[in-house]
Amino acid sequence: MTDIGDIAAGRLNVAELAANFADSHPPLSPAQSVVEANRCYFCHDAPCVEACPTGIDIPSFIRKIATGNLLGSAKTILEANILGGSCARVCPTEELCERACVHTAQEHKPIQIGALQRHATDWLMQRPNEQRRIAPFVRAASTGRRIAVVGAGPAGLACAHALARHGHDVTIFEMRPKAGGLNEYGIAAYKVADDFAQREIAFILAIGGITIEYGKTLGRDVTLGTIRRDFDAVFLGLGQAGVKALGLPGETLSGVRDAIDFIAELRQAPKLRVAVGRRVVVIGGGNTAIDAATQARRLGAEDVTIVYRRGPEHMTATGKEQEWAQTNNVRLRYWAAPTRLLGTETTVTGVEFARTRLDAEGRLTLTEQTFELAADMVLKAIGQQFVADPLNTDPAEDVPAVRDGRIVVDAERRTSVSGVYAGGDCVPGADLTVNAVQDGKLAAASIHRELIV
Amino acid sequence: MADLTSNFAGIRSPNPFWLASAPPTDKAYNVERAFKAGWGGVVWKTLGEDPPIVNVSSRYGGISYNGARIAGFSNIELITDRPLQVNLDEIKLIKRDWPDRAVVVSLMVPCTEASWQRILALVEETGCDGVELNFGCPHGMSERDMGSAVGQVPEYVEMVTRWCKQHTRMPVIVKLTPNVTDILAPAAAARRGGADGVSLINTLQAITGVDLDLMAPEPVVDGVGSHGGYCGPAVKPIALRMVADIARAMPDLAVSGIGGISAWRDAAEFIALGAANVQVCTAAMHRGFKIVEDMIDGLANWMDDKSYPAIEDVRGRAVRNYVHWSDLNLNYKIVARIDQDLCIKCGLCHIGCEDTSHQAIAALRAGGERRYEVIDAECVGCNLCFLACPVDGCITMVRQDTGASVLTWDHHPNNPLRKEQAA
Repeated sequence: MTDIGDIAAGRLNVAELAANFADSHPPLSPAQSVVEANRCYFCHDAPCVEACPTGIDIPSFIRKIATGNLLGSAKTILEANILGGSCARVCPTEELCERACVHTAQEHKPIQIGALQRHATDWLMQRPNEQRRIAPFVRAASTGRRIAVVGAGPAGLACAHALARHGHDVTIFEMRPKAGGLNEYGIAAYKVADDFAQREIAFILAIGGITIEYGKTLGRDVTLGTIRRDFDAVFLGLGQAGVKALGLPGETLSGVRDAIDFIAELRQAPKLRVAVGRRVVVIGGGNTAIDAATQARRLGAEDVTIVYRRGPEHMTATGKEQEWAQTNNVRLRYWAAPTRLLGTETTVTGVEFARTRLDAEGRLTLTEQTFELAADMVLKAIGQQFVADPLNTDPAEDVPAVRDGRIVVDAERRTSVSGVYAGGDCVPGADLTVNAVQDGKLAAASIHRELIV
Repeated sequence: MADLTSNFAGIRSPNPFWLASAPPTDKAYNVERAFKAGWGGVVWKTLGEDPPIVNVSSRYGGISYNGARIAGFSNIELITDRPLQVNLDEIKLIKRDWPDRAVVVSLMVPCTEASWQRILALVEETGCDGVELNFGCPHGMSERDMGSAVGQVPEYVEMVTRWCKQHTRMPVIVKLTPNVTDILAPAAAARRGGADGVSLINTLQAITGVDLDLMAPEPVVDGVGSHGGYCGPAVKPIALRMVADIARAMPDLAVSGIGGISAWRDAAEFIALGAANVQVCTAAMHRGFKIVEDMIDGLANWMDDKSYPAIEDVRGRAVRNYVHWSDLNLNYKIVARIDQDLCIKCGLCHIGCEDTSHQAIAALRAGGERRYEVIDAECVGCNLCFLACPVDGCITMVRQDTGASVLTWDHHPNNPLRKEQAA
């Protein structure tokens, strides 16, 4: 069994790795953008706008690309979605705006809204502040109000920026050494190449009035009680700190790893130093599974298989993402659930799966049929979950209500605790960057109304 | 297979597609390539008196529309900048080598009889099929009292045409400038002068655009620009109207249609409005001579499909339906119909009508679904929605049976000068 533990870094050379982790979907050229923008009908009551969780005025920003008004275009996007640059890269547009595009109904060929959005936002962000001439957003005179934001992910950043615009002072408590949340730690490198996440954050922070305190973990370094006392309002953009476990024998074997950690390492360490198995099995059906599997291939893994317990139509990863993985020679196997991790005393050597099916009531059931896949590395990507414990460190304090594993919020993203708001992946709804931005935006508007009006 | 042979002003060519007097016909090299590609004829780029004129660098301007290049085109080039004898020698050789093709020579000399007499004799010696008098060029030459400076004065048009007819046996074609108020005046003058035919339109005086960094009109020549002559697809409607006006008023005058002809359908439209043949320039300059293959093929296929045996069977067929506004039936009524199965919910029909027209298309939501519906009582049948709708066949304009008989403005009760209906 010479294959045991065949996990190694540097399977490919630096040049190969650079090519494999470069921008996976290169931007449209200026000429391509104009041609694509001119395809847009400039619909009245455009369905794409309704399909965008942040309600970007898509026909207007596209028209501005067509007319050569790129500054105006970028402002139209960022006015509705300050992380429009990220969303242009990571949004499942084929499920949102581009699915709603009337060209989809007409000819199954929607306007490339995401690519156009990237064109406009890149244009703006590639210009140094002083060359933007008209700063897209200007901070209002200071109000003296102080707001705490917990978590510098998309929800927290969007909330902070909107509040800073109104002249409030914002302090963000971030447990990690960098801001960005999943944009920085949780998605494939080639989706946000060239350090885009950090460039976007620099752009957001340039408005002023936002301070980020890094390495500050809620429940350890700060508590909800103390920040409620120290600030006029609190926004919780806590994300999902917990990773679901398989709960199977052998889960602690060497070579078994959380996919989200693998992805984070890929974003933070030089690719040459990230170790990957020769044969990799990824368990799960979301974008994390796709990102982990595809990046494993691109690091040089020979054989990568994603195994998902249901069918392709049930995966939270979109059809486009699944195709992307397949294009990268990742094998997708459906209707199989892991039952056992196989290995030596210390090291994983494979996974045993049971074939699954839906029973008469439509519930997923495991069948007697099993198969094994050999693996040097097993990446678990069966989901993350919100962890409420950091909110509960002080028994004397009010704690926001949590239901079904998420913080309960109203339409304005207010929690059950006065002055405490929440958004992003810690509240109900689709776990998308664009939804998180909208949460942050709505919460900021509500906080501003509460504090000023 | 339809017979595409054309006869314009007594000049025959195997098909009605000629290259207009312009850069594509400036020298034998180009014309040779054009004939090899299949063009039926050329009008050689305008000859003048020696010494030749001098051209500038930066000669063309273009209009891009929604990403489509050269939707409109302008030039500030003048007539040929080569010595007269060089052109004459080449014309002679070309005509010798291509006897079945039409070779017409465009001319522009000062407005004296001796000048015209002198050049006509030289040109006739080449064996070419005819001459075209360039009374159209609206830039550069017009400022030297030639080109459109002549074409804008009917008396001059008639005078020069008459000289030419007196001094040559060749057919004389007069090329008209559209930079006039009434195209019929110079056309009638040409006919009075004895012209065998007219060709139109020459280019329109225009500025294609302004370079907003240099703050200068385009094309920019060393920081400044002058007006040019505008042509290309954008001018086709203007040319069609002028051709039709002449065809309607002077059915006996042979017309060569020019202006934005890029494909066989454009040619068919010009011929239907009275042109005996067509001349092309911009489309060839944009995509090369090969475009003529589809022009010939497409026109023949269309004629076969419509059972038109020859060009003469198409020529002028739409002229009788080109009437004055006062002949239109005011009791004709159409309304828009939206095919809901084809509708893609872009809302353009609604917003155009709502913002700018008759508020005749309602924007509804049926169970969250967008639905656009025509309000018949408000619809005046203007065609706007039909034109704006991006889906072929989704909106149609449907005739309504009003039961009313034909009523024109001449007889309308609102017309203070109405004529009494014949009993």
